[in-house]
Amino acid sequence: MKWLQRLLSQDLPRSPLLALALLLTFLVLALAPFLFGGAKSMSVAAKILIFMLLVASYDLLLGYTGIVSFAHTMFFGIGAYGVAIASLRLGESWGALAGGLGLALLLSMLLSLAMGLLSLRVRAIFFAMITLAVASAFQTLVSQLSDFTGGEDGLTFRNPFGISPSYQPFESAVFGLLIDGRALGYWLIYGVVLLMFLVLLRIVNSPFGRVLQAIRENDFRAEALGYRTVAYRTVSNVLSAMFACVAGALLALWLRYVGPDTTLSFEIMLDVLLIVVIGGMGTLYGSIIGSVVFVLAQNYLQDLLRFAAKAFNAVPLLSDLVNPDRWLLWMGLLFVLSVYYFPSGIVGRLRRIRMPAAKSDATAPPLS
Amino acid sequence: MQEELKPRDSVIASDEAMPQLRFDAVPLMLLLGLVLLAIPAIGSTSSWITLTVAGITMGLIIFVIASGLTLVFGLMDVLNFGHGVFIALGAFVATTVMSFAQAAAWDGFFSLLTAMLVAMLCAAAIGWLFERLIVRPVYGLHLKQILITMGGMIIGEELIKAIWGPLQIPLPLPEALRGSWLLADAAIERYRIFASLIGLLVFSGLAFTLSRTKLGLLIRAGVQDRSMVQALGYRIDRLFVAVFVAGSALAGLGGVLWGFYQQSVTAQIGAQVNVLIFIVIIIGGLGSTLGCFVGALLVGLIANYAGFLEPKIALFSNIGLMVAVLLWRPQGLYPVSDR
Repeated sequence: MKWLQRLLSQDLPRSPLLALALLLTFLVLALAPFLFGGAKSMSVAAKILIFMLLVASYDLLLGYTGIVSFAHTMFFGIGAYGVAIASLRLGESWGALAGGLGLALLLSMLLSLAMGLLSLRVRAIFFAMITLAVASAFQTLVSQLSDFTGGEDGLTFRNPFGISPSYQPFESAVFGLLIDGRALGYWLIYGVVLLMFLVLLRIVNSPFGRVLQAIRENDFRAEALGYRTVAYRTVSNVLSAMFACVAGALLALWLRYVGPDTTLSFEIMLDVLLIVVIGGMGTLYGSIIGSVVFVLAQNYLQDLLRFAAKAFNAVPLLSDLVNPDRWLLWMGLLFVLSVYYFPSGIVGRLRRIRMPAAKSDATAPPLS
Repeated sequence: MQEELKPRDSVIASDEAMPQLRFDAVPLMLLLGLVLLAIPAIGSTSSWITLTVAGITMGLIIFVIASGLTLVFGLMDVLNFGHGVFIALGAFVATTVMSFAQAAAWDGFFSLLTAMLVAMLCAAAIGWLFERLIVRPVYGLHLKQILITMGGMIIGEELIKAIWGPLQIPLPLPEALRGSWLLADAAIERYRIFASLIGLLVFSGLAFTLSRTKLGLLIRAGVQDRSMVQALGYRIDRLFVAVFVAGSALAGLGGVLWGFYQQSVTAQIGAQVNVLIFIVIIIGGLGSTLGCFVGALLVGLIANYAGFLEPKIALFSNIGLMVAVLLWRPQGLYPVSDR
């Protein structure tokens, strides 16, 4: 088990139920193309994976450093548009993908650095407001530059050889599945998300990550101890932006389409906030559990609302409230209630349940 | 005892003992400089007058909305991301009142005033509720505050969509305020003058309350040092609720003015204006009323000038202004001391 401890940067789930849930998620998502071959369920699985990375990168900022940013989807969008525009302009190839991603990463880095240096040196609360302003300006910019970004319609592009849907490496079916480029693309996403997640786990459990948590708990004291809090906050912001950018690139690869609604909209920002809170702030495992629960619920809650809207058809105001278009209302309520009553999220709850047989992990660092 | 105190008393009484706070006029100069600089840049005097009036109107409306937010922040360190809800609420209530007024064939100047009054009352009531349910449980917890008030904003916006429908609603001006006056070849819309007057009224009312009344003294003292005011026996939490409710009412009033300015209302109006008022209170210095006033005028004027000169960059003029101000004065134009 030594290797597993090292792989997880000594940050074990510390709850048998959580460990079981994580293992199950890991296996089911790995075998998703075999287990459910349908296009819809594959899309749900890919969305879960991409949200895991996006939310984990946001948790580095919100949960570990204690900064609220509303511009996270901007970096998500930059990654997606980078890949899409490069694929369209240079023709579909792995080189174009790499170039687009590289430029997107550079842009994300510069933007987040500028925003961090401008606002984080004054006070953290500026940051939330400034990110909101910059993100909304960026959204307008993207819809204005329609020659370049496709405006409100977005861009459709083709994936390079190997992960394009028409590619089929094997003659016959393997374990009952005819493996095509789409499944390969899924596994590419799976591999990248897994790798990035482990890197993030490494970052938050490094001495650097400990300083971030110290800043979150008491920035004044952290500064008094001699840490340059502005520098740490800025680096955390830049890192989180770059991971979000990678997540955006993966989304573009999966959908072979980018548009403002799928990457930049405020609804996605709200989804990310909600997943962080539901899963548990300040623990990266929360992003895994939260993404699974949320994306599954998202697909079923809307069905439920549709059902309820039919049932309450005759009641005037109530039928408006359970209209599937108003689903954001229920998400918002859920969000507020979880921040109040559920601040440590699912992971925090699971960790508090003590199994009689399980040995308590006394050496683990205290969790806030 | 009396003799010991006397010399100090006499020192205080003498002229040089109480140093007056020096008034910082540089931001005001900046404002004036901007207006003057725009004359050669725009070229024609009549367009300059029109644009300047439009900019001042927009700035004053933004000030009406933002003043409550900046006071609430200064007094209680509460940053309300849900402030936009009251703007949207005010505007939508105005559409309802105006449609009733039209149905009653009462399409005059007073229907507008009634709409403003009703909108303020509604926004105040909802503001009281908002403070109770959303803001109060998370006093002093910055992170949760931002998250919760943002959640409140979304809930409010969706409720508005559920009640008034998701579509854009036109909000035409009453007959009395349509049309414009001519001043040296420059057309000045009547409504702009009206809205500016309301904005100036709010500004002078606020300035009077803050500087000449006991209530204002307590508010200013609370902004400077909350625990000291509390230690002197004043219930600052009640004061805070009052300021929050008044700020919400002002946001509702601003929403009505903004809705008539745009002549239509959508549920997203709150989120759009929210971004503008955040920029304004950052520029002005969080918690400062005068800073908020100057910041709002700067934003309004620059938005109009830039929109005329170079429509493409108008989108970013506000962000550019904010960046420039923050590079110059990282705490805003009029930083509130001790913060």
